[in-house]
Amino acid sequence: MKIGLLHSLIRKDEKLLIEEFNNVKGVELVMIDDREITFNLGKDHFDLDVVVERCINHSRALHSLRLFEAAGIKCVNTYNVATICGDKLLTSVALAEHNVPQPEVRVAFTEESALKAIEEMGYPVVLKPAVGSWGRLLSKVNDRDAAEAILEHKTILGSYHHSIFYIQKYIEKRGRDIRSFVVGDECIAAIYRNSSHWITNTARGGIASNCPVTDELRDISLRAAKAVGGGIVAIDIFETENGLMVNEVNYTMEYKNSIHTTGVNIPRKMVEYILRVAEEK
Amino acid sequence: MKAECPVCGAMIELKEGTLVGELLECPDCGTELEVVSLNPPTLNEAPQEEEDWGE
Repeated sequence: MKIGLLHSLIRKDEKLLIEEFNNVKGVELVMIDDREITFNLGKDHFDLDVVVERCINHSRALHSLRLFEAAGIKCVNTYNVATICGDKLLTSVALAEHNVPQPEVRVAFTEESALKAIEEMGYPVVLKPAVGSWGRLLSKVNDRDAAEAILEHKTILGSYHHSIFYIQKYIEKRGRDIRSFVVGDECIAAIYRNSSHWITNTARGGIASNCPVTDELRDISLRAAKAVGGGIVAIDIFETENGLMVNEVNYTMEYKNSIHTTGVNIPRKMVEYILRVAEEK
Repeated sequence: MKAECPVCGAMIELKEGTLVGELLECPDCGTELEVVSLNPPTLNEAPQEEEDWGE
């Protein structure tokens, strides 16, 4: 069986995944560096059973997945999942369509309409780039003065992407949120991300600790994963007075800090799933 | 197998199983480095974070 690993930089996450693949007899791992590959549309013939996407650039991941699928190659995750998860607006739409609880979200396309939406929602709110990760350029907006300033800056200084105003009601996290890991139809593990800052991403200094996978957590995680198309995803979840709510879904999930924390061999679970996908006719 | 840090010149031991594309940190100057070749062992400064990097 030939597994293509689409990558650029080899981080600890990719290294662990490669080591797990190397432990499986009969698997040939083909490394595909997104900085070197070229596609020849309509003429590509890849001798691979499946491609595993582990790019660090969302744009390269998205387009490569579409091109591999166009060449008849199964991908984990699929282009469809990457499209939805790579865009917070599309993720929120998918969650809403599947009745998965999430914080209130409004979308606007001008400074004036965005300000009107924010005033109707009430402060604080969080402005997020629809496409972005690792907590970059998130803005917690506490009052009208801040709203006006941030909206103007985003409009004038940002690319047009930053004038797609994704506005989320701020959720008081009490120092933590949850990240759950879904592989196929199983919620394999979860961590708390603890931080005194309102941004809890581990990329921004959040500290991981084990989170028991309760029935409620498993249920919302699997429903969120299904809403975006399934596969291997990590779900960011808020604990609220009204129960758990999904914040975001990540399609190239990072797990290096969660293996010892949870006691679950996450890359092994990923490999088992990927091999099942590869074997499907 | 050793490679030179392109920033501070330290000689860095590359562990067995090191891969091209792998990230590592120079133990002397702390710079994040990318293994760009194993033959000969060569390190470059790792690329800077881009707008669409992430999960």
